[in-house]
Amino acid sequence: MKYYDYPKLFVLALPVAIFFVTFFIVPMVQLAIVGASGDSGVSSYFTIVNTPRHFESMLATLLLSIAVTFTALVISTTAGLFLVRNIFPGKEIVLSILTFPLAFPGVVIGFLIIMLAGRQGLIGLVTKALLGEKTVFAYSMLGLFFGYLYFSIPRVILTIMAAAEKLDKSLEEAAKSLGAPPFRIVIDIIIPALKPGLIASGAICFATSMGAFGTAFTLATNIDVLPMTIYTEFTLNANIAGAASLSIVLGLVTWIALFISRSLSGQTIAVSG
Amino acid sequence: MQKDTTSIELISCGKTFKDGTRALEKINLNINGGETIVLLGPSGCGKTTLLRIIAGLEEPDEGGKIIFNKENVTDLQIEKRNVGMVFQSYALFPNMNVKENIGYGLKVRKLDKNKIDDRVSEMLEMMHINDLSLRRIDQLSGGQRQRVALARAIAVRPRVLLLDEPLTALDAILRDRLRVEIDSLLRSLGITAIYVTHDQSEAMALGDRIVVMSDGKISQIGTPRDIYYHPQNEFVADFIGTVNRILGSDIKKLDSLEGKELLFRPEDIEIVEKKYSHLTGVVKASFFLGEKTRLIVNYNAGEQLSLEGRYKKEYVIGSEIHLRFNVDSLIILPN
Repeated sequence: MKYYDYPKLFVLALPVAIFFVTFFIVPMVQLAIVGASGDSGVSSYFTIVNTPRHFESMLATLLLSIAVTFTALVISTTAGLFLVRNIFPGKEIVLSILTFPLAFPGVVIGFLIIMLAGRQGLIGLVTKALLGEKTVFAYSMLGLFFGYLYFSIPRVILTIMAAAEKLDKSLEEAAKSLGAPPFRIVIDIIIPALKPGLIASGAICFATSMGAFGTAFTLATNIDVLPMTIYTEFTLNANIAGAASLSIVLGLVTWIALFISRSLSGQTIAVSG
Repeated sequence: MQKDTTSIELISCGKTFKDGTRALEKINLNINGGETIVLLGPSGCGKTTLLRIIAGLEEPDEGGKIIFNKENVTDLQIEKRNVGMVFQSYALFPNMNVKENIGYGLKVRKLDKNKIDDRVSEMLEMMHINDLSLRRIDQLSGGQRQRVALARAIAVRPRVLLLDEPLTALDAILRDRLRVEIDSLLRSLGITAIYVTHDQSEAMALGDRIVVMSDGKISQIGTPRDIYYHPQNEFVADFIGTVNRILGSDIKKLDSLEGKELLFRPEDIEIVEKKYSHLTGVVKASFFLGEKTRLIVNYNAGEQLSLEGRYKKEYVIGSEIHLRFNVDSLIILPN
């Protein structure tokens, strides 16, 4: 196109512009202003660094999300490849069950983790019978980790399966014919081919874990992840400015992480879910 | 370059897939060291399955054996068989550049870096793609891709080179040019090569011997000349070149052929004066193709023949024409 038909372009861009301004710019600016409206003014944005409790909760959230993302990617890639490449009775049922947890709110997932690893949980009962001591980790970082993993895997596995279906089998055969052992084929052929899918689903998984609230609300009695800290500041401490500034920081950190992964993959990543 | 060539022996190699499809009947085949064998046949005839069995990408059914130079390789995985393979889709690794693609087989063999570089340069030189060494795969044309794929396959000095319809995805002019290049490459390497194609002219041009296949069976094995001039059955006669069929009783002055069905190639019939003719027909269509003309001739009210030659004269549609066979080149199929 040599020239742009500006009036037409304006009309076409109007809906997206309205949407963007109403649902993104206005609330964000509002949030940013509220964040800076407290007693400490703009410097409340630095509480994340200054206040040890906030800094620790930011760090914990980041580490937890990274750990969940990598674990979910490893499990889902292995399982996704297996499901795409093998035909077995009941495959369709397994596939539909995999997407089942997608519908659960975070609270339900938290509840499931409590039933598994809580004080009256299954793992506690088994370990008590076997070792004489109850193992309880539902309310710790490990409990959160399993909870997040539980709702992350379905999101990741579906993207990986879609990518795995498009893998060119002849690439693997060519690598084999050149003498490549199986682990080299995974490293040199399969992972590079799945890379866009891995980055896309990893980004979704990371963003969801950073902002997950329901599961954290159910489980995090002793630990603080950032969404919980925001909730506490907002409701219990009535520190609206602090809550707003933490929200902006949480958004920014997640956005930066996604931006980095997006530039690594060189592709557009649809962040949804 | 490569003196110790590998002969291949297939003993009773059949293939039934898990879903029950019988892709290949039990086949025996001997391939001499250094020979270029072409597996030719229509799609679904089992030629690619046979190639994949030789490669080690498919296992033959129970009882099948694959011998490379007296060594039984049936249970050896493809990565241990040391075969070079060229795919119709090229199968170049998109995450590596040309140089890395060609050097991949050497890298997984843990050769030292200088050796890999030397060998890759040698390959780039041999395939005339020096200036492409740092290109990404998506920056290459189809012909260039196939050259890289060939270079990658022969870089590891395989015992056997397997080519699965390597030219099918290319346009006609490029196909001809690469065909000549592959031919001279195979001759200069002296490597045992198995080439799969459905294109008979490719098969004729490249093969020392051609294995014509249909319905999972070998229809005939022979040199290109054998296959063309002495087809052993209807399928081979029809699949290779154009063939005419005529009953012996339709031919005047050749009483000895009475009652037999005769096959002949379009170029093995001459247009002559009436007194020398074996057969008289009417021109139904005429196609001037430059180096030759093809005539479609009706005889016996409805039967049809196709003939080709360098006719200077233009034959008008509807005109009567007198034909004489080259009796030596008439093909009589064994029953």
